[in-house]
Amino acid sequence: MSITVTEPFIRVRNLRKVYRKEGREFPAISDATFAVAPGELACLVGPSGCGKTTLLKILAGLQNYDSGEAQIGSPSHPFDPARDIGMVFQQPLLLKWRRLLQNVLLPAEILGLPMRESSERARDLLVMVGLSGSEDKYPYELSGGMQQRAAIARALVHDPKLILMDEPFGALDALTREKMNLELINIWKRSGKTILFVTHGISEAVFLGTRVVVFTTGPARMADNFEIELPEPRTLDIKTSEAFGDYSRRIYHLLGMQ
Amino acid sequence: MSADAARRYAPAIAVHAALIVAWYLFVKFGRVPSFIMPTPIDTVATLGGANYHWLGNTLVTASEIFGGYLLAVVVGVAIAIAFTWSSIVEATFMPLLVSLNMIPKVALGPLFIVWLSYGIVPNMIIAFSISFFPILLTTVRGFREVEPELLELIRSLRASKWQTFRKIQLPSALPYIFSGMKVGAILAVAGAIVGEFLGSSRGLGYLMLQVQVTLDTAAMFMAVLLITFIGVVLYGLVLGLERLVIVRDARIR
Repeated sequence: MSITVTEPFIRVRNLRKVYRKEGREFPAISDATFAVAPGELACLVGPSGCGKTTLLKILAGLQNYDSGEAQIGSPSHPFDPARDIGMVFQQPLLLKWRRLLQNVLLPAEILGLPMRESSERARDLLVMVGLSGSEDKYPYELSGGMQQRAAIARALVHDPKLILMDEPFGALDALTREKMNLELINIWKRSGKTILFVTHGISEAVFLGTRVVVFTTGPARMADNFEIELPEPRTLDIKTSEAFGDYSRRIYHLLGMQ
Repeated sequence: MSADAARRYAPAIAVHAALIVAWYLFVKFGRVPSFIMPTPIDTVATLGGANYHWLGNTLVTASEIFGGYLLAVVVGVAIAIAFTWSSIVEATFMPLLVSLNMIPKVALGPLFIVWLSYGIVPNMIIAFSISFFPILLTTVRGFREVEPELLELIRSLRASKWQTFRKIQLPSALPYIFSGMKVGAILAVAGAIVGEFLGSSRGLGYLMLQVQVTLDTAAMFMAVLLITFIGVVLYGLVLGLERLVIVRDARIR
Protein backbone atom coordinates (compact mmCIF):
# COMPACT_ATOMS: atom_id res chain seq x y z
CA MET A 1 0.00 0.00 0.00
CA SER A 2 1.50 3.30 -0.95
CA ILE A 3 0.77 6.24 1.26
CA THR A 4 -0.21 9.26 -0.80
CA VAL A 5 1.57 12.38 0.25
CA THR A 6 -0.75 13.86 2.82
CA GLU A 7 -0.02 15.88 5.87
CA PRO A 8 1.35 13.55 8.51
CA PHE A 9 -0.83 12.82 11.52
CA ILE A 10 2.11 12.15 13.83
CA ARG A 11 5.33 14.09 13.52
CA VAL A 12 8.33 13.17 15.63
CA ARG A 13 11.44 15.20 14.95
CA ASN A 14 14.85 15.04 16.68
CA LEU A 15 13.12 13.76 19.78
CA ARG A 16 15.37 13.28 22.77
CA LYS A 17 14.52 11.96 26.18
CA VAL A 18 16.95 11.41 29.02
CA TYR A 19 16.35 9.65 32.33
CA ARG A 20 18.26 11.08 35.24
CA LYS A 21 19.16 8.93 38.18
CA GLU A 22 21.63 9.75 40.93
CA GLY A 23 23.20 12.55 38.90
CA ARG A 24 23.80 10.36 35.86
CA GLU A 25 22.03 10.59 32.54
CA PHE A 26 20.66 7.64 30.64
CA PRO A 27 19.41 8.40 27.15
CA ALA A 28 16.04 6.72 26.61
CA ILE A 29 15.54 8.15 23.14
CA SER A 30 18.19 10.03 21.22
CA ASP A 31 17.21 11.75 18.02
CA ALA A 32 14.11 9.97 16.77
CA THR A 33 12.56 11.34 13.59
CA PHE A 34 9.64 9.89 11.68
CA ALA A 35 6.16 10.75 10.47
CA VAL A 36 2.98 8.72 10.32
CA ALA A 37 0.15 9.49 7.91
CA PRO A 38 -3.49 9.33 9.03
CA GLY A 39 -4.80 5.76 8.88
CA GLU A 40 -1.39 4.10 8.96
CA LEU A 41 -0.51 1.15 11.14
CA ALA A 42 3.04 1.98 12.15
CA CYS A 43 5.13 -0.55 14.04
CA LEU A 44 7.89 0.49 16.41
CA VAL A 45 10.22 -2.45 16.66
CA GLY A 46 13.34 -3.08 18.72
CA PRO A 47 14.72 -4.90 21.74
CA SER A 48 13.73 -4.16 25.34
CA GLY A 49 15.12 -0.88 26.61
CA CYS A 50 15.36 0.77 23.20
CA GLY A 51 12.93 3.54 24.08
CA LYS A 52 9.93 2.44 22.04
CA THR A 53 7.60 2.28 25.03
CA THR A 54 8.91 5.63 26.25
CA LEU A 55 8.07 7.10 22.87
CA LEU A 56 4.54 5.75 23.11
CA LYS A 57 4.12 7.30 26.54
CA ILE A 58 5.40 10.65 25.30
CA LEU A 59 2.82 10.58 22.51
CA ALA A 60 0.11 9.65 25.04
CA GLY A 61 1.06 12.73 27.07
CA LEU A 62 2.13 10.57 30.01
CA GLN A 63 5.77 11.63 29.92
CA ASN A 64 7.64 14.74 28.90
CA TYR A 65 10.72 14.90 26.73
CA ASP A 66 13.93 16.92 26.75
CA SER A 67 14.16 18.34 23.26
CA GLY A 68 12.79 17.97 19.77
CA GLU A 69 9.23 17.70 18.65
CA ALA A 70 6.41 15.22 19.10
CA GLN A 71 3.18 16.40 17.56
CA ILE A 72 -0.08 14.72 16.79
CA GLY A 73 -2.81 16.16 14.58
CA SER A 74 -3.04 18.28 11.47
CA PRO A 75 -5.55 20.81 10.17
CA SER A 76 -7.39 18.09 8.28
CA HIS A 77 -7.16 15.65 11.19
CA PRO A 78 -7.43 17.69 14.40
CA PHE A 79 -6.41 15.89 17.56
CA ASP A 80 -7.75 16.32 21.09
CA PRO A 81 -5.23 14.78 23.53
CA ALA A 82 -7.94 14.14 26.12
CA ARG A 83 -10.22 12.00 23.99
CA ASP A 84 -8.39 10.92 20.88
CA ILE A 85 -6.12 8.30 22.40
CA GLY A 86 -6.95 4.65 22.98
CA MET A 87 -4.37 2.50 24.70
CA VAL A 88 -3.76 -1.25 24.77
CA PHE A 89 -1.02 -2.78 26.90
CA GLN A 90 0.59 -6.21 27.12
CA GLN A 91 -1.80 -7.09 29.95
CA PRO A 92 -5.52 -6.68 29.24
CA LEU A 93 -5.92 -4.66 32.48
CA LEU A 94 -9.64 -5.28 32.62
CA LEU A 95 -11.37 -4.36 35.87
CA LYS A 96 -12.06 -7.66 37.62
CA TRP A 97 -15.20 -6.36 39.27
CA ARG A 98 -16.89 -5.22 36.07
CA ARG A 99 -18.68 -7.24 33.45
CA LEU A 100 -17.26 -7.03 29.95
CA LEU A 101 -19.62 -4.39 28.64
CA GLN A 102 -18.95 -2.16 31.66
CA ASN A 103 -15.23 -2.68 31.16
CA VAL A 104 -15.44 -1.56 27.56
CA LEU A 105 -17.44 1.48 28.64
CA LEU A 106 -14.81 2.75 31.09
CA PRO A 107 -13.27 5.41 28.78
CA ALA A 108 -16.73 6.65 27.81
CA GLU A 109 -17.61 7.04 31.51
CA ILE A 110 -14.43 8.96 32.24
CA LEU A 111 -14.96 11.27 29.30
CA GLY A 112 -18.61 11.77 30.23
CA LEU A 113 -19.96 10.59 26.88
CA PRO A 114 -23.70 9.88 26.53
CA MET A 115 -24.18 6.41 28.00
CA ARG A 116 -26.93 5.09 25.78
CA GLU A 117 -25.02 5.70 22.55
CA SER A 118 -21.79 4.50 24.11
CA SER A 119 -23.42 1.26 25.25
CA GLU A 120 -24.64 0.61 21.75
CA ARG A 121 -21.22 1.34 20.38
CA ALA A 122 -19.59 -0.91 23.00
CA ARG A 123 -21.90 -3.77 22.00
CA ASP A 124 -21.05 -3.27 18.33
CA LEU A 125 -17.35 -3.22 19.16
CA LEU A 126 -17.61 -6.45 21.15
CA VAL A 127 -19.22 -8.02 18.10
CA MET A 128 -16.45 -6.62 15.90
CA VAL A 129 -13.69 -8.10 18.08
CA GLY A 130 -15.49 -11.46 18.11
CA LEU A 131 -16.97 -11.34 21.59
CA SER A 132 -20.68 -11.17 20.85
CA GLY A 133 -22.68 -12.80 23.62
CA SER A 134 -19.98 -12.15 26.24
CA GLU A 135 -21.22 -8.71 27.33
CA ASP A 136 -22.26 -9.94 30.77
CA LYS A 137 -19.25 -12.11 31.50
CA TYR A 138 -16.61 -11.26 34.02
CA PRO A 139 -12.98 -11.08 32.86
CA TYR A 140 -12.01 -14.25 34.73
CA GLU A 141 -14.44 -16.20 32.56
CA LEU A 142 -12.45 -15.35 29.42
CA SER A 143 -9.17 -16.62 28.02
CA GLY A 144 -6.16 -14.30 27.71
CA GLY A 145 -6.80 -13.77 24.00
CA MET A 146 -10.46 -12.92 24.59
CA GLN A 147 -9.53 -10.50 27.36
CA GLN A 148 -7.13 -8.76 25.01
CA ARG A 149 -9.89 -8.46 22.40
CA ALA A 150 -12.03 -6.76 25.04
CA ALA A 151 -9.14 -4.43 25.81
CA ILE A 152 -9.01 -3.50 22.12
CA ALA A 153 -12.76 -2.82 22.12
CA ARG A 154 -12.24 -0.60 25.19
CA ALA A 155 -9.53 1.35 23.36
CA LEU A 156 -12.01 2.04 20.54
CA VAL A 157 -15.17 2.86 22.50
CA HIS A 158 -14.66 6.61 22.68
CA ASP A 159 -13.84 6.68 18.97
CA PRO A 160 -10.30 8.02 19.35
CA LYS A 161 -8.24 8.92 16.30
CA LEU A 162 -5.08 7.23 17.53
CA ILE A 163 -4.61 3.79 19.08
CA LEU A 164 -1.37 3.20 20.96
CA MET A 165 -0.55 -0.47 21.46
CA ASP A 166 2.35 -1.56 23.65
CA GLU A 167 3.20 -5.19 22.83
CA PRO A 168 -0.48 -6.07 23.03
CA PHE A 169 0.00 -9.71 22.01
CA GLY A 170 3.28 -10.24 23.83
CA ALA A 171 1.72 -12.34 26.59
CA LEU A 172 -0.27 -14.61 24.28
CA ASP A 173 0.76 -18.01 22.98
CA ALA A 174 2.19 -18.14 19.44
CA LEU A 175 -0.95 -19.44 17.72
CA THR A 176 -3.29 -17.01 19.43
CA ARG A 177 -0.87 -14.27 18.56
CA GLU A 178 -1.00 -15.10 14.83
CA LYS A 179 -4.77 -15.12 14.99
CA MET A 180 -4.86 -11.80 16.81
CA ASN A 181 -2.55 -10.30 14.18
CA LEU A 182 -5.04 -11.18 11.47
CA GLU A 183 -7.92 -9.83 13.55
CA LEU A 184 -6.06 -6.62 14.27
CA ILE A 185 -5.62 -6.02 10.55
CA ASN A 186 -9.38 -6.50 10.13
CA ILE A 187 -10.20 -4.18 13.01
CA TRP A 188 -7.78 -1.57 11.72
CA LYS A 189 -9.24 -1.73 8.20
CA ARG A 190 -12.79 -1.44 9.45
CA SER A 191 -12.16 1.32 11.95
CA GLY A 192 -9.78 3.39 9.81
CA LYS A 193 -7.80 4.39 12.87
CA THR A 194 -4.17 5.38 12.98
CA ILE A 195 -2.37 2.74 15.03
CA LEU A 196 1.06 2.87 16.62
CA PHE A 197 2.08 -0.67 17.50
CA VAL A 198 5.09 -1.38 19.69
CA THR A 199 6.58 -4.86 19.42
CA HIS A 200 9.83 -6.74 19.65
CA GLY A 201 8.59 -9.30 17.16
CA ILE A 202 10.24 -8.59 13.83
CA SER A 203 7.91 -10.69 11.71
CA GLU A 204 4.92 -9.29 13.60
CA ALA A 205 6.09 -5.78 12.72
CA VAL A 206 6.58 -6.58 9.03
CA PHE A 207 3.30 -8.48 8.80
CA LEU A 208 1.19 -5.76 10.42
CA GLY A 209 2.89 -2.53 9.54
CA THR A 210 2.42 -0.11 6.72
CA ARG A 211 5.54 1.40 8.21
CA VAL A 212 8.25 0.15 10.50
CA VAL A 213 10.39 2.32 12.74
CA VAL A 214 13.40 0.42 14.06
CA PHE A 215 15.02 1.24 17.41
CA THR A 216 18.26 -0.16 18.78
CA THR A 217 19.85 -0.21 22.20
CA GLY A 218 23.28 0.74 23.43
CA PRO A 219 22.86 3.65 23.01
CA ALA A 220 19.09 3.83 22.55
CA ARG A 221 18.48 5.36 19.16
CA MET A 222 16.25 5.20 16.13
CA ALA A 223 18.01 3.17 13.45
CA ASP A 224 15.63 3.33 10.50
CA ASN A 225 12.13 4.17 9.34
CA PHE A 226 10.63 2.76 6.18
CA GLU A 227 7.35 1.84 4.55
CA ILE A 228 6.36 -1.77 4.08
CA GLU A 229 4.88 -2.58 0.71
CA LEU A 230 3.37 -6.02 0.70
CA PRO A 231 0.37 -7.32 -1.25
CA GLU A 232 -3.06 -6.54 0.16
CA PRO A 233 -4.98 -8.01 1.82
CA ARG A 234 -2.31 -9.36 4.09
CA THR A 235 -2.72 -13.06 4.68
CA LEU A 236 -0.45 -15.54 6.39
CA ASP A 237 0.82 -16.55 2.94
CA ILE A 238 2.86 -13.40 2.58
CA LYS A 239 5.00 -14.49 5.51
CA THR A 240 6.73 -16.94 3.16
CA SER A 241 7.15 -14.41 0.36
CA GLU A 242 10.52 -13.10 -0.72
CA ALA A 243 9.63 -9.48 0.01
CA PHE A 244 8.62 -10.41 3.55
CA GLY A 245 11.98 -12.11 4.05
CA ASP A 246 13.81 -9.07 2.68
CA TYR A 247 12.09 -6.70 5.09
CA SER A 248 12.72 -9.03 8.02
CA ARG A 249 16.37 -9.40 7.08
CA ARG A 250 16.72 -5.63 6.85
CA ILE A 251 15.48 -5.28 10.42
CA TYR A 252 17.67 -8.13 11.70
CA HIS A 253 20.67 -6.36 10.17
CA LEU A 254 19.74 -3.07 11.78
CA LEU A 255 19.50 -4.80 15.14
CA GLY A 256 22.94 -6.33 14.61
CA MET A 257 21.68 -9.88 14.29
CA GLN A 258 23.01 -11.66 11.19
CA MET B 1 -31.55 -23.77 54.19
CA SER B 2 -31.34 -25.74 50.98
CA ALA B 3 -30.00 -29.29 50.90
CA ASP B 4 -26.92 -27.98 49.17
CA ALA B 5 -26.17 -25.44 51.89
CA ALA B 6 -26.88 -28.05 54.56
CA ARG B 7 -24.28 -30.32 53.03
CA ARG B 8 -21.78 -27.47 52.89
CA TYR B 9 -22.22 -26.34 56.49
CA ALA B 10 -22.79 -29.77 58.03
CA PRO B 11 -19.08 -30.50 58.74
CA ALA B 12 -18.61 -27.11 60.43
CA ILE B 13 -21.70 -27.57 62.62
CA ALA B 14 -20.71 -31.16 63.44
CA VAL B 15 -17.22 -30.18 64.57
CA HIS B 16 -18.61 -27.46 66.85
CA ALA B 17 -21.06 -29.92 68.37
CA ALA B 18 -18.30 -32.51 68.76
CA LEU B 19 -16.18 -30.06 70.73
CA ILE B 20 -19.05 -29.40 73.15
CA VAL B 21 -19.66 -33.14 73.56
CA ALA B 22 -15.93 -33.72 74.16
CA TRP B 23 -15.94 -30.93 76.73
CA TYR B 24 -18.91 -32.55 78.50
CA LEU B 25 -17.35 -36.02 78.46
CA PHE B 26 -14.00 -34.69 79.66
CA VAL B 27 -15.52 -33.02 82.70
CA LYS B 28 -18.00 -35.82 83.42
CA PHE B 29 -15.68 -38.79 83.18
CA GLY B 30 -12.40 -37.06 84.01
CA ARG B 31 -13.83 -36.21 87.43
CA VAL B 32 -12.88 -32.57 86.97
CA PRO B 33 -14.18 -30.46 89.87
CA SER B 34 -16.72 -27.91 88.69
CA PHE B 35 -14.75 -24.93 90.08
CA ILE B 36 -11.94 -25.95 87.69
CA MET B 37 -14.16 -26.65 84.71
CA PRO B 38 -17.96 -26.78 84.64
CA THR B 39 -19.87 -28.90 82.16
CA PRO B 40 -21.58 -27.16 79.23
CA ILE B 41 -24.89 -27.76 81.01
CA ASP B 42 -23.71 -26.07 84.23
CA THR B 43 -22.37 -23.21 82.14
CA VAL B 44 -25.63 -22.58 80.31
CA ALA B 45 -27.55 -22.99 83.57
CA THR B 46 -25.95 -19.79 84.90
CA LEU B 47 -28.06 -17.86 82.39
CA GLY B 48 -30.92 -18.32 84.85
CA GLY B 49 -29.03 -16.56 87.66
CA ALA B 50 -30.67 -13.19 88.23
CA ASN B 51 -27.71 -11.36 89.75
CA TYR B 52 -25.44 -11.79 86.73
CA HIS B 53 -27.36 -9.25 84.59
CA TRP B 54 -26.33 -11.10 81.44
CA LEU B 55 -28.33 -9.02 79.02
CA GLY B 56 -27.15 -5.66 80.36
CA ASN B 57 -23.52 -6.74 80.62
CA THR B 58 -23.59 -8.27 77.14
CA LEU B 59 -25.05 -5.10 75.66
CA VAL B 60 -22.37 -2.97 77.36
CA THR B 61 -19.52 -5.13 76.03
CA ALA B 62 -21.12 -5.39 72.60
CA SER B 63 -21.46 -1.62 72.31
CA GLU B 64 -17.82 -1.15 73.34
CA ILE B 65 -16.70 -3.65 70.69
CA PHE B 66 -18.99 -2.44 67.91
CA GLY B 67 -18.45 1.24 68.70
CA GLY B 68 -14.67 0.99 68.88
CA TYR B 69 -14.56 -1.18 65.80
CA LEU B 70 -16.79 1.07 63.72
CA LEU B 71 -14.65 4.04 64.69
CA ALA B 72 -11.53 2.09 63.70
CA VAL B 73 -12.96 1.25 60.27
CA VAL B 74 -14.07 4.82 59.59
CA VAL B 75 -10.87 6.45 60.84
CA GLY B 76 -8.57 3.79 59.32
CA VAL B 77 -10.11 4.00 55.86
CA ALA B 78 -10.33 7.82 56.02
CA ILE B 79 -6.65 8.19 56.88
CA ALA B 80 -5.73 5.68 54.18
CA ILE B 81 -7.67 7.78 51.67
CA ALA B 82 -5.85 10.92 52.82
CA PHE B 83 -2.53 9.12 52.37
CA THR B 84 -3.48 7.99 48.89
CA TRP B 85 -4.59 11.49 47.99
CA SER B 86 -1.37 13.16 49.03
CA SER B 87 2.04 11.56 49.25
CA ILE B 88 3.27 14.48 51.40
CA VAL B 89 0.61 13.75 54.02
CA GLU B 90 1.63 10.11 53.95
CA ALA B 91 5.37 10.83 54.20
CA THR B 92 4.70 13.16 57.14
CA PHE B 93 2.23 11.18 59.20
CA MET B 94 2.84 7.52 58.40
CA PRO B 95 6.10 7.34 60.45
CA LEU B 96 4.31 9.00 63.36
CA LEU B 97 1.49 6.47 63.19
CA VAL B 98 3.99 3.63 63.07
CA SER B 99 5.66 4.99 66.23
CA LEU B 100 2.32 5.46 67.97
CA ASN B 101 1.31 1.95 67.03
CA MET B 102 4.39 0.64 68.83
CA ILE B 103 2.93 1.85 72.13
CA PRO B 104 1.31 -1.15 73.79
CA LYS B 105 -2.33 -0.10 73.80
CA VAL B 106 -2.95 -2.04 76.99
CA ALA B 107 -0.48 0.24 78.73
CA LEU B 108 -2.60 3.21 77.73
CA GLY B 109 -5.66 1.74 79.42
CA PRO B 110 -5.01 3.23 82.86
CA LEU B 111 -4.42 6.64 81.21
CA PHE B 112 -7.67 6.49 79.27
CA ILE B 113 -9.42 5.74 82.54
CA VAL B 114 -7.76 8.73 84.21
CA TRP B 115 -8.80 10.95 81.32
CA LEU B 116 -12.25 9.58 80.61
CA SER B 117 -13.14 7.87 83.89
CA TYR B 118 -14.83 4.44 84.02
CA GLY B 119 -17.41 3.56 81.45
CA ILE B 120 -18.10 2.53 77.93
CA VAL B 121 -16.11 5.29 76.22
CA PRO B 122 -12.56 4.50 77.44
CA ASN B 123 -13.06 0.81 76.59
CA MET B 124 -14.36 1.79 73.18
CA ILE B 125 -11.22 3.89 72.69
CA ILE B 126 -8.99 0.97 73.64
CA ALA B 127 -10.86 -1.30 71.21
CA PHE B 128 -10.50 1.40 68.57
CA SER B 129 -6.80 2.01 69.14
CA ILE B 130 -5.93 -1.65 68.92
CA SER B 131 -7.98 -2.48 65.81
CA PHE B 132 -7.42 0.67 63.80
CA PHE B 133 -3.85 0.16 62.63
CA PRO B 134 -4.22 -3.10 60.70
CA ILE B 135 -7.23 -1.62 58.92
CA LEU B 136 -5.20 1.46 57.97
CA LEU B 137 -2.21 -0.58 56.76
CA THR B 138 -4.11 -3.01 54.56
CA THR B 139 -6.24 -0.21 53.11
CA VAL B 140 -3.18 1.86 52.21
CA ARG B 141 -1.69 -1.23 50.62
CA GLY B 142 -4.89 -1.88 48.70
CA PHE B 143 -5.00 1.62 47.25
CA ARG B 144 -1.42 1.11 46.05
CA GLU B 145 -1.96 -2.28 44.47
CA VAL B 146 -3.37 -0.91 41.23
CA GLU B 147 -1.41 -1.87 38.11
CA PRO B 148 0.59 1.22 37.11
CA GLU B 149 -0.37 0.70 33.47
CA LEU B 150 -4.04 0.84 34.36
CA LEU B 151 -3.41 4.22 35.97
CA GLU B 152 -1.59 5.31 32.81
CA LEU B 153 -4.54 4.25 30.70
CA ILE B 154 -6.83 6.33 32.90
CA ARG B 155 -4.40 9.20 32.89
CA SER B 156 -4.25 9.19 29.08
CA LEU B 157 -8.00 9.95 29.23
CA ARG B 158 -7.25 12.84 31.60
CA ALA B 159 -9.32 11.26 34.37
CA SER B 160 -9.75 13.38 37.49
CA LYS B 161 -8.35 12.29 40.82
CA TRP B 162 -11.87 11.57 42.01
CA GLN B 163 -12.67 9.41 38.94
CA THR B 164 -9.44 7.48 39.42
CA PHE B 165 -10.29 6.92 43.05
CA ARG B 166 -13.94 6.07 42.56
CA LYS B 167 -13.63 3.86 39.50
CA ILE B 168 -10.24 2.21 39.99
CA GLN B 169 -8.55 2.60 43.36
CA LEU B 170 -11.50 2.10 45.69
CA PRO B 171 -12.94 -1.00 44.03
CA SER B 172 -9.53 -2.62 43.66
CA ALA B 173 -8.73 -1.88 47.33
CA LEU B 174 -11.94 -3.47 48.64
CA PRO B 175 -10.55 -7.00 49.14
CA TYR B 176 -7.65 -5.48 51.10
CA ILE B 177 -9.95 -3.30 53.18
CA PHE B 178 -12.00 -6.35 54.11
CA SER B 179 -8.99 -8.42 55.08
CA GLY B 180 -7.89 -5.56 57.37
CA MET B 181 -11.42 -5.35 58.75
CA LYS B 182 -11.39 -9.05 59.60
CA VAL B 183 -8.14 -8.75 61.54
CA GLY B 184 -9.45 -5.60 63.19
CA ALA B 185 -12.68 -7.32 64.29
CA ILE B 186 -10.74 -9.90 66.29
CA LEU B 187 -8.55 -7.25 67.91
CA ALA B 188 -11.51 -5.02 68.79
CA VAL B 189 -13.01 -7.81 70.91
CA ALA B 190 -9.72 -8.30 72.76
CA GLY B 191 -9.34 -4.53 73.22
CA ALA B 192 -12.75 -4.04 74.81
CA ILE B 193 -12.27 -6.92 77.25
CA VAL B 194 -8.80 -5.72 78.26
CA GLY B 195 -10.37 -2.33 78.90
CA GLU B 196 -12.98 -3.87 81.14
CA PHE B 197 -10.31 -5.79 83.06
CA LEU B 198 -8.34 -2.60 83.65
CA GLY B 199 -11.23 -0.73 85.11
CA SER B 200 -14.94 -0.75 84.60
CA SER B 201 -18.20 -1.11 86.43
CA ARG B 202 -20.19 -3.00 83.80
CA GLY B 203 -19.67 -5.48 80.98
CA LEU B 204 -18.80 -9.16 80.60
CA GLY B 205 -15.12 -8.57 81.40
CA TYR B 206 -16.12 -6.79 84.59
CA LEU B 207 -18.48 -9.63 85.46
CA MET B 208 -15.70 -12.18 85.01
CA LEU B 209 -13.56 -10.40 87.60
CA GLN B 210 -16.53 -10.25 89.99
CA VAL B 211 -17.37 -13.95 89.81
CA GLN B 212 -13.71 -14.99 89.85
CA VAL B 213 -13.54 -14.02 93.50
CA THR B 214 -16.16 -16.62 94.39
CA LEU B 215 -14.70 -19.26 92.06
CA ASP B 216 -17.93 -19.20 90.06
CA THR B 217 -16.21 -20.82 87.11
CA ALA B 218 -19.43 -21.64 85.31
CA ALA B 219 -20.35 -17.94 85.10
CA MET B 220 -16.82 -17.15 83.91
CA PHE B 221 -17.23 -19.74 81.15
CA MET B 222 -20.59 -18.26 80.23
CA ALA B 223 -19.07 -14.79 80.03
CA VAL B 224 -16.31 -16.10 77.73
CA LEU B 225 -18.94 -17.78 75.55
CA LEU B 226 -20.95 -14.58 75.28
CA ILE B 227 -17.84 -12.54 74.44
CA THR B 228 -17.02 -15.10 71.76
CA PHE B 229 -20.57 -14.90 70.51
CA ILE B 230 -20.33 -11.11 70.12
CA GLY B 231 -17.07 -11.60 68.23
CA VAL B 232 -18.63 -14.20 65.94
CA VAL B 233 -21.58 -11.92 65.20
CA LEU B 234 -19.23 -9.03 64.36
CA TYR B 235 -17.06 -11.25 62.18
CA GLY B 236 -20.14 -12.66 60.49
CA LEU B 237 -21.41 -9.18 59.70
CA VAL B 238 -18.05 -8.28 58.13
CA LEU B 239 -18.08 -11.49 56.08
CA GLY B 240 -21.65 -10.84 54.99
CA LEU B 241 -20.81 -7.30 53.93
CA GLU B 242 -17.76 -8.57 52.06
CA ARG B 243 -19.89 -11.06 50.20
CA LEU B 244 -22.43 -8.40 49.39
CA VAL B 245 -19.82 -5.99 48.04
CA ILE B 246 -17.20 -8.24 46.47
CA VAL B 247 -18.78 -11.55 45.49
CA ARG B 248 -21.20 -9.56 43.43
CA ASP B 249 -18.23 -8.68 41.23
CA ALA B 250 -16.91 -12.22 41.25
CA ARG B 251 -13.54 -11.75 42.87
CA ILE B 252 -14.34 -14.25 45.62
CA ARG B 253 -15.93 -17.36 44.28
